[in-house]
Amino acid sequence: MLEELSDHLMDIAMNSVRAGARNVAISVVADKPRNLLSLAIVDDGKGMDDTMVKSVTDPFFSTKPGKNIGLGIPLLKGVAEMCEGEFMLESSNGKGTEIRASFALDHPDLPPLGKVKETFFLLCVSNPEVRFRFRYCPDQEEFTFDTKEINDSLEGVPINHPEVVEFLREYLNV
Amino acid sequence: MNLEELKAIRERAKKDIELRGKEARVKVVVGMGTSGIASGARDVLRALVDEISRRKLTDVIVTQTGEKGLASQEPLIEVLEEGKPTVVYGNMDAGKAIRVVAEHLVNGRPVLDYVIETA
Repeated sequence: MLEELSDHLMDIAMNSVRAGARNVAISVVADKPRNLLSLAIVDDGKGMDDTMVKSVTDPFFSTKPGKNIGLGIPLLKGVAEMCEGEFMLESSNGKGTEIRASFALDHPDLPPLGKVKETFFLLCVSNPEVRFRFRYCPDQEEFTFDTKEINDSLEGVPINHPEVVEFLREYLNV
Repeated sequence: MNLEELKAIRERAKKDIELRGKEARVKVVVGMGTSGIASGARDVLRALVDEISRRKLTDVIVTQTGEKGLASQEPLIEVLEEGKPTVVYGNMDAGKAIRVVAEHLVNGRPVLDYVIETA
């Protein structure tokens, strides 16, 4: 249902934003020697209690209108397991949530990564009050990005100001 | 990252902010729950962000939200403007989003063809 892994990243990160997170860390790491692709999204939002943790990975959990619970987590878990990887979710009330999914890099059913940097770009400019830290290692190189660095230089000019958006578009090459 | 360039932007932009005051005139909210993303909301968000920055609209902000409960008509965007009813557009795509920026956000005329709800 979600075509590319970057769609899953966007979806999970949106959960973090909706949970009131002030800090969201996203990492995408491809480890070829170990044939492993790892995604992680860690936030400091309101978190979930044990009952909800069990419910969110269950696709048959009934959702009432207005509850803002969807299929994103079960879908990601399903893809990870289909690709001989693992899925982990840890959360506690008031502390935040950590989601990790791994996949066999050479698995035939592995969805394409898709537009990872564009995902970072869209999250940053659409949620200026959130600090995002990104780590992207598609091969040997590591790309890191921290919106705090940008905001410190901007000194109050919002990260979604048209000129800053233009700057980010060029810097991220999206 | 070229921090010097950011500082130059800061100097230019500071004047914009001082003149204008704090709140944006118009807020555009893109539905980005799982069903929104599955139906193409990313492209709509991207088109809005690009067009708004291209036109240098400093009084319009774009944000994301979660499931809106109108999944069959996603991608959805809401346009909120103080003193005016909220306009909800459905079945959006990048091309339609660009038209909404030009006709509604800049010229104040909602694109009635795409409206599914006003509140």
